[in-house]
Amino acid sequence: MKIQTTYKRPAILLGVLLITSWFVNISLGSVDIPSKELFEILFNNVSSKESWNYIVWNFRIPKSITAILVGSGLGISGLLMQTLFRNPLAGPFVLGISSGASLGVAILILGSAFIGTYFGAFVLSSFSVTIASSLGSFLVLSIVLVAIKKIRNTMSILIIGLMFGSISAAIINILSYFSNAELLQQFIFWSFGSLGNLSWQELGIFSATLSVSILILLTSIKSLNGLLLGENYAASMGVNLKRTRYIVLIITSLMTGVITAFSGPIAFIGLAVPHLTKLLFDTSDHKILIPTVALTGAILMLICDTIAQVPNSEYTLPINAITSLFGAPIVIWLLIRRQKVMI
Amino acid sequence: MESNSKHIVLRTKNLAIGYSDKSSTTYIAQELNITLEKGKLVCLLGKNGIGKSTLLRTLSKTQHKLEGDILIDEENLLKITPARLAQKMSLVLTEKTPENQLTVYELIALGRQPYTDWLGRLSKEDIQKVNQAIELVQIEHIANKKNYELSDGQLQKVMIARALAQDTDIIILDEPTAHLDLHHKIEVFKILQDLVNKTDKTIILSTHEVNLALQLADELWLMTENKFTSGTTESLIESKDLEKLFPKDKIYFNSELKQFTLKK
Repeated sequence: MKIQTTYKRPAILLGVLLITSWFVNISLGSVDIPSKELFEILFNNVSSKESWNYIVWNFRIPKSITAILVGSGLGISGLLMQTLFRNPLAGPFVLGISSGASLGVAILILGSAFIGTYFGAFVLSSFSVTIASSLGSFLVLSIVLVAIKKIRNTMSILIIGLMFGSISAAIINILSYFSNAELLQQFIFWSFGSLGNLSWQELGIFSATLSVSILILLTSIKSLNGLLLGENYAASMGVNLKRTRYIVLIITSLMTGVITAFSGPIAFIGLAVPHLTKLLFDTSDHKILIPTVALTGAILMLICDTIAQVPNSEYTLPINAITSLFGAPIVIWLLIRRQKVMI
Repeated sequence: MESNSKHIVLRTKNLAIGYSDKSSTTYIAQELNITLEKGKLVCLLGKNGIGKSTLLRTLSKTQHKLEGDILIDEENLLKITPARLAQKMSLVLTEKTPENQLTVYELIALGRQPYTDWLGRLSKEDIQKVNQAIELVQIEHIANKKNYELSDGQLQKVMIARALAQDTDIIILDEPTAHLDLHHKIEVFKILQDLVNKTDKTIILSTHEVNLALQLADELWLMTENKFTSGTTESLIESKDLEKLFPKDKIYFNSELKQFTLKK
């Protein structure tokens, strides 16, 4: 069986695309840096202007790495949700996991007014935002998990997820109503999504969490493939359903929680990337899908970020708006082209 | 070494099946005592709602038993881990599989999961078993198709091949011929009969195709309201148990033709 070779060419293509889009991403920005200088900065760490060196190493490269982490993490989360729920429309966003993370952060930022200014400084550290966001997403996921035990119908589960989205939005509205303009602005800027402003140290935590999650996930690839036939068949082939379900849900909430904490609730990537990848590679095998979804997610996020920073201008658009403008048409196009969307 | 004395693959002792929750227990059938030898084609017959699926689900550990014991190869089912059970028993279910992009080959290869490494990579032996399963069910011509391109009849054969690739002594099929036309019903039955003869597997299936089952099964299991009986077609005709399968107002068992006929 020559299964491996058929995926080689598109995989190489993805690799080349990733490097290209990464390079385009760091070469464009509000300050114009010639590409020759950029090479010097990247490989020799010198340039004719000290500020360029600083911009590249402390702004552009961290931001591009964030884009890669966010894109691949959300893509994989979406893929896992789609397989676990056997529903092509599932994703971290649709199931209310992102809403949960938003709620966690909203309670932290907007609620800090109630706690008092003494704790304020401590509360609003990026560390606590991460924790609040992870707790929020984990909470919603556990409730969805309980709901799944009671309800077998996957459509109902999706609706429950949407309802959680509404409930979170409502609570956030109430909190917003009672909080001051400064905190409100802080929360709204967080909810726009942002890939910038991460220190190298924060990037370290970010990438370590994602790497560990993906490493644990590798042990479940076989079970995920078994799940393609539904839970009963999977169980009859020796798949440990309970273990797989918990691993997938904990990993997804961890990844979504961390991503949402560091970059805000990024829409659509989690839903669109797995479908785009499945269309490109025409497969349901998670051995192939997990690495290619990660690559595709990273590329798409880099492109979205390049557009969002509006090259050679001072404006930076909210990344969330760009991913939706980019992602929604992809999903519509897929539905029209395929008539059918597969998990 | 080769003992031809009875190899009992499945035995139940005073098995009771049904459903239970905190407040109540609903018995569907009780006092089931089954002894099944290796290499038999067993057809489970009974009218709708009598508990055929419940029995099959209980035997395959998909559902909990209420009382009694189930022994697979004389080992208590409770003590067999899911991973080991997957090497002893495979299933063909009535449920539709979720939509996916698996090819027929990939789908059948999933049946090798109980044997593959942690990533699910196929060894030489795995590939050979998959090819053998494809050959036995005669679906070579559709092996590279996507599973969503298949007709119901083809899909059923693919699911049987997947169970075969799992290489278990027992294969349990829940109504494998539902939704199929007469031609494909007979084809599926013939394939299963062929498999029992060629591979010495034990196949247990539930079906509403009573007349086909009477002709092809090595052993029949009859479920009626208050009784579970098993035996060959001949012995069940003789004991007049077959007559009790359905209410007698519309059809009756014609023991000369060996089939059920409409009352005129």
